[in-house]
Amino acid sequence: MTDRESVYDGLLGEDTSQWAFGTSFEDPLAGVDTTLPDGVDAAVLAAYCLMLGDDALIYSHRLGQWASNAPDLEDDIALSNIALDLLGQARLLLGRAAAADAGCVPVLPEGSPVPAEDALAFFRDEGAFRNVRLVEPDDVGGAGGDFAVTIARLLLFSCYRLALMERLRSSRDPVLAAVAVKAVKELTYHRDYAGRWFLTLARGTEESRRRLLAGLALVWPLHDELFGTHPVETLVAEQGVGVDPSTLAAEVDVVLEQVFSVSSIDRPAVAQVGPVAGGMGREGRHCEQMGRLLAQMQSVARAHPLGLW
Amino acid sequence: MSTATQTPRIPAYDVAATVTDPELPMLTLEDLGVLRSVEEHHGTGGPGSPGDRVEVAITPTYTGCPAMASMRDDLVHRLHGAGYDDVRVRVQLSPAWSSDWITERGRRALAEAGYSTPGPARHHAGDAPVALNLLPTRRAITCPRCGSADVELTSEFGATACKALYRCAACLEPFEHVKEI
Repeated sequence: MTDRESVYDGLLGEDTSQWAFGTSFEDPLAGVDTTLPDGVDAAVLAAYCLMLGDDALIYSHRLGQWASNAPDLEDDIALSNIALDLLGQARLLLGRAAAADAGCVPVLPEGSPVPAEDALAFFRDEGAFRNVRLVEPDDVGGAGGDFAVTIARLLLFSCYRLALMERLRSSRDPVLAAVAVKAVKELTYHRDYAGRWFLTLARGTEESRRRLLAGLALVWPLHDELFGTHPVETLVAEQGVGVDPSTLAAEVDVVLEQVFSVSSIDRPAVAQVGPVAGGMGREGRHCEQMGRLLAQMQSVARAHPLGLW
Repeated sequence: MSTATQTPRIPAYDVAATVTDPELPMLTLEDLGVLRSVEEHHGTGGPGSPGDRVEVAITPTYTGCPAMASMRDDLVHRLHGAGYDDVRVRVQLSPAWSSDWITERGRRALAEAGYSTPGPARHHAGDAPVALNLLPTRRAITCPRCGSADVELTSEFGATACKALYRCAACLEPFEHVKEI
């Protein structure tokens, strides 16, 4: 318990008429030195942080949809925890983007108390999001809703992101390096969780294996996009602050092969989803389901641009 | 508001060290290893605070830990109550928190409250890739209620980011294990 009579007292702040808005969740980078290292372009670093932050934010939202919908309570909690870890990473990365280049933050009405990380999460339009498309499709409910699909997607995502964060630990940007050190610890748990479930479903019943294979076939067309290099990623790699994802493909394959091999599953050979309107996720071109996701995620915040959450 | 000029204050570190974790109230932030430093800067208080400024550094256990805001509020509130008017709490991201930082006293408090305490954290050697582990995590732990070693993992994820779920096959009670990280 906190020192106050009710934990909610602390959430209210001074103005109780705005109780629904809670209060500012403290800047996750409060007091952190966000000075740019020498030779780093602020706009480039910010664009890169948005890419990695948006991957985490959008996937966190998707995984959060499993809350109260998972096959059992333990997995409900596990997926929600993974979503929470990713949300934490997203907050730091969006905060880092805003601190590097305030120009990337949407301008809100004068007097809006919305912090930069929230403005980035809730007030950017679809085309301004820089996440890969792998994190967008809806695995929960509807025609595509299936736990096996989520496990296939989580395996691919966590293998990719763990490899990326391992490398990012030596970023010249001390903020990104610190975020990465922590993310590696968290993603290790995520990847093990996905890997174990993958194996369990593969070796389970005929039905579980059938669903897993179908899930893998559904997810795999977005594999190559993870390892395509955007010009911003080339620049951050050159400046020593980021990672060229094409250099991760081989080591990610080693891990995936390990999982496929014990699961007696062949690496899928399916056509990859190409660019849409000349671009991929990192260029702001997204899947059809992204628009509905953003509508759900952003509508309340957008209805109250002067609200404090 | 400050009574600092009349009575000697308790050192700011000692005040901050009494603040407890909002989710694990048997544990102080100091024993959890979240409280990284408390600095008193004398005569540097901001406007309206003629006295001293206190700067507290805390680090999150997990990146998404939602308890950070309430830890910050509790630190500010407690230090205000002890006569420190100008308190600033900053986040320190590096070095990253490890369960190895939970003190012996903290481990005893956790055990007394029915939690299983973390073993040594996995350490990743230099640049070696993190190994995939497809087997259930093996931990040599005992049931905090009956002491039996016959326990089984029900989930690597629990009610908060820092805990895993277990059940004891001897006394049949579930319990929580603070994870190694």
